[in-house]
Amino acid sequence: MALDLARWQFGVITVYHFLFVPLTIGLSLLVAGMQTAWVRTGDERWLRMTKFWGKLFLINFAMGVVTGIVQEFQFGMNWSDYSRFVGDIFGAPLAIEGLLAFFLESTFLGLWIFGWDRLPKRVHLATIWLAAIGTMLSAYFILAANSWMQHPVGSAVNPVTGRAELHDFGAVLTNSTAVGAFTHTITAAFLTAGMFILGISAWHLARHNEVRVFRSSLRLALVTVLIAGVGVIVTGDLQARLMTQQQPMKMAAAEALWNTSSPASFSLFTVGSLDGSQEVWSIRVPKVLSFMATGDPDGTVEGINDVQRAEEARFGSGDYTPNVPIAYWTFRVMIGFGALALLLALAGLWMQRGGRVPASRWFTWAALAGIGFPVVANSVGWIFTEMGRQPWAVYGTLRTADGVSPSVGPATVATSLIVFTLLYGVLAVVEVTLLVRYARKGPDPLPPPDEAMPAESAPRPLAVAY
Amino acid sequence: MFGLALTDIWFLLIALLWTGYFVLEGFDFGVGSLLTLLGRDETDRRRVVNTIGPLWDGNEVWLLVAGGATFAAFPEWYASLFSGFYLALLIMLVALIGRGVAFEYRGKVDDDAWRRRWDAVIVTTSAVPALLWGVAFANIVAGVPLDAQHEYTGTLLTLLNPYALLGGLTTLLVFLLHGAVFVALKTDGDLRVRAHRTALRLGVGAVPVAAGFLVWTELAHGKDWTILSAGLAALALVGAVLLVGRQREGWAFTLTALTIVATTVTLFGSLYPDVLPSSTDPAGTLTTTNAASTPYTLEIMTWVALAVTPVVLAYQAWSYWVFRRRLTRDDIPPASGLPARERRPEVRR
Repeated sequence: MALDLARWQFGVITVYHFLFVPLTIGLSLLVAGMQTAWVRTGDERWLRMTKFWGKLFLINFAMGVVTGIVQEFQFGMNWSDYSRFVGDIFGAPLAIEGLLAFFLESTFLGLWIFGWDRLPKRVHLATIWLAAIGTMLSAYFILAANSWMQHPVGSAVNPVTGRAELHDFGAVLTNSTAVGAFTHTITAAFLTAGMFILGISAWHLARHNEVRVFRSSLRLALVTVLIAGVGVIVTGDLQARLMTQQQPMKMAAAEALWNTSSPASFSLFTVGSLDGSQEVWSIRVPKVLSFMATGDPDGTVEGINDVQRAEEARFGSGDYTPNVPIAYWTFRVMIGFGALALLLALAGLWMQRGGRVPASRWFTWAALAGIGFPVVANSVGWIFTEMGRQPWAVYGTLRTADGVSPSVGPATVATSLIVFTLLYGVLAVVEVTLLVRYARKGPDPLPPPDEAMPAESAPRPLAVAY
Repeated sequence: MFGLALTDIWFLLIALLWTGYFVLEGFDFGVGSLLTLLGRDETDRRRVVNTIGPLWDGNEVWLLVAGGATFAAFPEWYASLFSGFYLALLIMLVALIGRGVAFEYRGKVDDDAWRRRWDAVIVTTSAVPALLWGVAFANIVAGVPLDAQHEYTGTLLTLLNPYALLGGLTTLLVFLLHGAVFVALKTDGDLRVRAHRTALRLGVGAVPVAAGFLVWTELAHGKDWTILSAGLAALALVGAVLLVGRQREGWAFTLTALTIVATTVTLFGSLYPDVLPSSTDPAGTLTTTNAASTPYTLEIMTWVALAVTPVVLAYQAWSYWVFRRRLTRDDIPPASGLPARERRPEVRR
């Protein structure tokens, strides 16, 4: 009971946190790019874009920061046996993430927000780049930690201490799984930020608001989504192959492939049960799963039944099959929404060719709805990654059930689950309302340039203040 | 390394991280708690918030790094402490979440009702952690019920014992004083005068409470040498109050910071070599040895810490330098938030 509640809590807290993170990563770099364009060209359009998208970025960033604190604490709170077991390995990237990335992000973002009139132009530009680099570093270290759970390398279980111990930190940091996860997550973050800018820009353009600012924003967004979309596909392909080698069960569950097949087809859609007991109706594309999993259209993909037998032989009797319908559907929803985003960007690129402004009704609404596409894809992607690994917390090494805190009762976990859910619900309403209202308001006019340099003693308010 | 065991280096580093956290976030907890007391009108309230505006988030990272370092260097400590102090940490987390959002969103809508709501959030969520950290660390030093598997066997109420509550009251008052002195240091005019007056009043309360807590700590848990740090903490606190009286807020702030440093040193010094003593089964006591990670992990972490920490300290100090100016009323720009939503006209009775 406490285990189920703790798992629910981990899911709620982590998925919620990750609603904000990709947008933070992607927008920080895009805003840094906008400000660079302003510093280099002096074109005020870029300055207004920097300030407008920067404001939305900050509203979102605050949520990512505060929900991130819970992330670090919840391992000890709900998963103390997990923490004891993995601390020697898992704690290091977490601590380094704080030292190397969080300090960088928070200090330089503070300087960026409040430093507009206190720092020389180029130094001020450097602060947003450093904050953006901080978000990327943070992503790398936390993904290295997660990737070790997917594919534990550089470590072994010490039978004397009964815990996993680190032997090669370099191997943890260069884990192929981490490289795959990082590139996939970062490209997805750009896709998310691109779709965010695309939706809001399309909405303003349909109303002919600030056409100069929003046309540039739209083009930037479309190109970002296009490049990031291709990146997501390439890195997703890399990840699928790694997953097939490292966690064959997850790949089999993603297709609900019960029996080993060569070649294996990929089903776009299935009606009926996925438990392998009865014939189901589905739309299938031949050989695609084989290609995704192995890079060879005739490659062999192991089925759930065979992997289950193999894992029983390795780890002793038990159920090593994750929740197949969840794995199957999250995998499809992730790919589907990612693809929709890319298609929308292609349509947008076509519609804005030769200086046109895409103002058709369907495009505006599709682009607005499109803000949510990558958000859904990111969330289900992680649900797939984490639930597809079950029953393991650390693949092949520690079961999730063995990681939960023994001293924390179900009532305590339930209390915190309820508290966080309510709090997060309220905050979601506040933040979405603010985002929508600021997005609708559009970019602020620039302050009038000073007519003459004011005397040092003349009162002049801060450029930015809370 | 340097003739010290790696586990001792990490005990020191974690003590250093907590010290940094309490010195830095200590004043922003104080500033937040005193927001409505010191800020009589909107301009002054914004002045108060803006004294810590660019700084509080960087201050909070010290906590995240302290937590992460504890996880990495002493996983058993992290696991027993965080699962044992579960509900207390839940309250802390709710406060820290509310606080971060409140600073960011307070000025986003130009509406008094909106701001009053966030002001209330800032005051509560700053005061509650200021109290709870003292409660938490007093319990860590005094020990908590742990079984032989290092599992916490008490409840939330176990943590609310007299010694711990005195510790909580100490951190609350000292952080409030530290914050009031900081506002005096960073503002001018009426606000600065009010901050002085408030700091003096707080100081009069803080001295006996902190002295009581330090004496109790020394008698019940201290080592021979911690009498020096405890004494230094008490003296620095008295000195800070005297200097506030003479309006020397720069030196007063240095001394409130020193009070916090010396108090934290006293607490960690009293704790060593334990990291979480058991008040029930002695076999449950966690020490720097039985809670630690492997030497290999500690060594890697040591190199990373030695390479990165000086850089972090340098740029964080630089950001304090950039925002060193006192804030006057003229510094506060007009409210830039969204207009309040149009409300339906109230029905008159």
